[in-house]
Amino acid sequence: MSDVRNVIIIGSGPAGYTAAVYAARANLAPLVFEGAVTAGGALMNTTDVENFPGFKDGIMGPDLMDGMRAQAERFGAELVTDDVTAVDLTGEIKTVTDGEGTVHRARSVILSMGSAYRELGLPREKELSGHGVSWCATCDGFFFRDQDIAVVGGGDSAIEEATFLTKFARTVTIIHRRSELRASKIMADRAFANDKIRFAWNSEVAEIHGEGKLSGITLRDTVTGETSELAVTGLFVAIGHDPRNELVKGVVHTDEAGYVLVDGRSTRTNVPGVFASGDLVDHTYRQAITAAGSGCAAALDAEHYLAALEDASGPVEAAAEAAAIDETDSNEISVPSAGVGASVGASA
Amino acid sequence: MALKNTTDATFADDVLMSEKPVLVDFWATWCGPCRKVAPILEEISEQYGDKIEVVKLDTDANVDTAARYGVVSIPTLNVYVKGQVVKTIVGAHPKPKLLRELEEFIA
Repeated sequence: MSDVRNVIIIGSGPAGYTAAVYAARANLAPLVFEGAVTAGGALMNTTDVENFPGFKDGIMGPDLMDGMRAQAERFGAELVTDDVTAVDLTGEIKTVTDGEGTVHRARSVILSMGSAYRELGLPREKELSGHGVSWCATCDGFFFRDQDIAVVGGGDSAIEEATFLTKFARTVTIIHRRSELRASKIMADRAFANDKIRFAWNSEVAEIHGEGKLSGITLRDTVTGETSELAVTGLFVAIGHDPRNELVKGVVHTDEAGYVLVDGRSTRTNVPGVFASGDLVDHTYRQAITAAGSGCAAALDAEHYLAALEDASGPVEAAAEAAAIDETDSNEISVPSAGVGASVGASA
Repeated sequence: MALKNTTDATFADDVLMSEKPVLVDFWATWCGPCRKVAPILEEISEQYGDKIEVVKLDTDANVDTAARYGVVSIPTLNVYVKGQVVKTIVGAHPKPKLLRELEEFIA
């Protein structure tokens, strides 16, 4: 068991890192769990981000995330490239267990786990993933030079991927369940104007074929139920995301789609001291900049919560706690951050 | 410690002729998840370098080798023993999972 932190941030997309920048600048010495391989979040799989204010020529997604990470670190955020495997959020002291089984404690927790790619849920999907079935156009598009490939989905990310993939592929077929795109007009117009892009309207993927690598798919018409075959060597799945709420399910309230519910315009969840931000909360905007904004709000909300907590507990209890921490530190390993609790006591 | 880079020209010498098992990281500069795996592989190389060789292959500059082994998703990690691919791991995975996957080569 480690000493008690002010705040632990779970997640490392724009929301998590922005929360870390604000919390660190407020001297809250945040501990950030970036995830073992998911650090940087969804933007790590993008190329040019053209709409993040301040970067007039655009910026590569991974570079933007590296910058946010370095900014958080500069102000004293402690970054851990590990997953969180369990949390206990209900008490005044929350616990967060990492991938190595170490338990970390904090008075407040900011949830910024983002969302995960939705899978088609077809039998051969896992087996052929990495062998033609892909979730990362920017990673894998290059390998489909002059080939016929398909993108599943009708939203902005599907259309963006399809347009990007035409740089390499001979043809890109967009497979969409409905007869019109959900994507924004500017994205859709770009796709309609692209000679390499074809559309399979009112269609869904019924089966995936291939031995060792993808050779084709069976499409089912969502209106008539008729099936047809499409020979493709690449299938890029962009049918949306689901919030990564597994850690907090049943404790933190979510809506029917699984997004964490917050109180009004704040980032407060139903559990005191637990705040939520980014794509975990937002199924409307889902932009890097809105996620960053809500990460900022979460850090400010956490700061207010901690200040109120301190006012209520008073300096005596804080000093006692600081003493207790010294004792714990002597025989415990875990996080090298002795004195966080003590400095809170001193500033009370 | 930076990992050794292998190329289309040196692949046979670096990988196929190696006495030791060789883990080849097929990657590219534009691939975000590849950046996440790289430091993990450096650690694995430092810890288990006596049992397994870890090298990188930039798929952008070495299209032939990537194509020969059917690499269409990166990162792809292939383990070669005596010139044959004996294991393929696709995608970015946490270190504990990679170590489990590589157990037979590093135990």
